[in-house]
Amino acid sequence: MKKNAIKWSTIVRVLLVVLLISLVVMPTWFSWAFQPFAPEKGPIIYERASLLSLSLSHLGLVALASIVATLVAVSLAILVTRPLGTAFLPLSRTITNMGQTFPPVAVLALAVPALGFGTGPTLVALFLYGLLPIFENAITGFSTLPPATMEAARGLGLSRWQRLIRVEIPLALPVILTGVRLSVVIALGTATIGSTVAAKTLGEVIIAGLLTNNTAYVLQGGLIVGLFAVLIYDALVQLEGLLLARYSISND
Amino acid sequence: MIPARAGTFGLSAPGVLLALFGFASLLAPFMTLAANRIVEGKGLTAWQLAGPEVIYPGLLSIIIGLILGLFSSWPRVRLAGAVLGLAGLFWLLSQSAPQLLQGAGEYARVSPGLGFWCLLAVLILLMADALTQLSPRPMTRLGLLLTIVTVLFILLGSGALSDLSIMKEYASRQGAFYNAALRHLGLAFGSLAAATVIGIPLGILCYHHAGLRRIALPILSFLQTIPSLAMFGIMIPLLGWIASTVPAAKAIGIAGVGFAPAFLALLLYSLLPVVANMVSGLQSAPESVRDAARGMGMTLMQRLFRVELPLGLPVILAGLRIALVQNIGLAVIAGLIGGGGFGTFVFQGLNQTATDLILLGALPTVALALTAAIVMDVLVEVTQPSQSAQHTQGMPRKPS
Repeated sequence: MKKNAIKWSTIVRVLLVVLLISLVVMPTWFSWAFQPFAPEKGPIIYERASLLSLSLSHLGLVALASIVATLVAVSLAILVTRPLGTAFLPLSRTITNMGQTFPPVAVLALAVPALGFGTGPTLVALFLYGLLPIFENAITGFSTLPPATMEAARGLGLSRWQRLIRVEIPLALPVILTGVRLSVVIALGTATIGSTVAAKTLGEVIIAGLLTNNTAYVLQGGLIVGLFAVLIYDALVQLEGLLLARYSISND
Repeated sequence: MIPARAGTFGLSAPGVLLALFGFASLLAPFMTLAANRIVEGKGLTAWQLAGPEVIYPGLLSIIIGLILGLFSSWPRVRLAGAVLGLAGLFWLLSQSAPQLLQGAGEYARVSPGLGFWCLLAVLILLMADALTQLSPRPMTRLGLLLTIVTVLFILLGSGALSDLSIMKEYASRQGAFYNAALRHLGLAFGSLAAATVIGIPLGILCYHHAGLRRIALPILSFLQTIPSLAMFGIMIPLLGWIASTVPAAKAIGIAGVGFAPAFLALLLYSLLPVVANMVSGLQSAPESVRDAARGMGMTLMQRLFRVELPLGLPVILAGLRIALVQNIGLAVIAGLIGGGGFGTFVFQGLNQTATDLILLGALPTVALALTAAIVMDVLVEVTQPSQSAQHTQGMPRKPS
C-alpha cells in the first residue's frame, strides 16, 4: 500500500515536470488547449518575450533574493542567540512578528516610491520579506536546542565556534530549512506580482492577459507559475525529509 | 519570557541602536515638496521645513523621546519617550505642510519623506520594545490599540494633515475610498467566514479519519503554494465557464471577473490554516483528559463539544488569525482583476506612478492587517487555559 503510494507520487512528479518544461520551451504545442480561451483572431501564445527567458529571470530573482536572505537571516539569528546579543532578542521577535503582518504586495508597492520601478525594488522587497520567516525559524532552531546535547558538547571541550559549526547549526538545520522553504514560496509569489512594477518575471504573461482580456495568456502564465511553485515546494519538502533522515541515522 | 537586559549603566541595547538610527534619520529628508502629484519631489531636512516656532518643539520632542528610550530599567519612561517622539513627529508634519505649500504653486504637493518614515518606524519599534518589557495583559493591549486607533482617527478627521499629498488623493476620491474599504473588508471577512463554515466540519472529519487527513491536508498545502496572481488568474476562466453554463450561478452574480473569483481564491487560501489548526487544536487535548471523558461515558459529540473544542480553541483561533491577516493582504490582488478593494488604488497608483495613490491603498491595508493581528492575538491569549499551556502556532502564513 505504502510502496504503491510512493510510486504514484513519483509518476505524477515526473509528468508535471515534463508538462512544465514543455509549457516553457515549446509553448506552441499547447495552442489547441488555450485556443478556446483566446479572444477571436487574437494571439493564443504569449510571444512578446520568450517564456524561457521570463522563467529564468523569475527563478534567478527568487534564487538570488533567497540565498542572500538565508545568509543574512541565519547570521542575525546566530548573533541574537549568543549571550552578547540576547538584549536584542525581544526586539527582533517584535520586528519579525510585525513585519510578517505586512502584506507582501504592500511591501512591494512601498518599495517603488523608495527605489523606483524595475527589477531592483522587487529584489529588495523579496530579500526583506524573505528574511523574516528564515530569521524566525532560525531563532526557534537555535533557542530550542536540547540542553543535554549542548551540555555534552561543552563537556567534550568543544570551543564556542566548534559547538556552533558542529552541533548547533546541524541540529537547527531542519527548522531553518522549513523557514527557507516558506521564504522561497513567498518570493515566488511576490516575484509574480513584481511584474506590476516592471520586473521581468512570469507575472508579465498574466498581467498582459488581464489587460487585454486574453484569458489564454492568464491561464498560460498561471499554469507555469503555479507548476513552478508546487514543484519547488515539493522538492524542498523532499530535501528536508532527506536531511532529517540522514541526520537521525547518523545520530543513532 | 523576557531575558534580563544586559548593558552597562542601565542602558538598553536596543534603545541605543534605535536612538542611533533615529538620529541618523533626522539627517535624511523629512519631507518632500513636488510641483505636482507625478514628478519627483525635492527633499527637505527637518530644519529646513518651517520657522523656528515649528521646528524647535518638534525636533526637541523627537530627540528627548529617543533619549528617554535609552533607559532599560524604566520601561514606562521608554514608552512615554516613544509617545513624545511620535507627537513631535506628527507636529512637524502637520505644522510645516501648510507653510511649505505657501507660494509653491497650485498643484504643489508635500509628502512625508524617507526621514519621516524611518523615524516613524524607529519610534513604533521603541514603543513595541517598551511594551514587550511591560508585557501588558491582553485587555490592556486591546485598550492601548483602541486608544491608538482613536487618536489616529481624530488626527485624520481633524484636518491637521489635510495639506499632505496622500490626504489630497483621499479627498478627491472619498466615495471610492469607502467603497474600496467596504469591499476589502467584505472580501477578507467574507471569505474567512466561508472558510470557517467549510473548514470547521472538514477539520473535525479530518481529525476523526486519518485517511481523509492524509489526502486533504497535502492538497490544501499545495493550493496555498500557488502564487496569488496565478490563483486569481486561473479563477477567471473557471468562474466564467460556470457563469456561462449554469444560469442560476450567473443570476446570483457569479462572473469571471470582479468579486467572485477574488472571493473564491481567498477562500481556497484560507482553508489550509483553518483546517490544519482545527485538526491540531482538537488533537491538543491531552490523552488523559480524553480517557477521562470516555470513562465518564461521554458520547463522541459530547467529547467534541465539551472537551476537545474548548481545549483546542486557542489553536483554532490562531488558525483564523493567520487566515484573516493573510486574506487582508491578499485581497489587494483583487484590484488587478476588477475585484475592488484597496488594491484598486495601489495598482492605479503604480500605473500613474503616483506615489501617494499607492500609499492610499497600501497604508490602510497594512493598518488593517496589524489591527487584525493584534485583536486576534488577544483573543487567542484570552482563550488560553490558565495553566499557561504552550501551543505551537500551527501553520505558517500564506505568501503573496
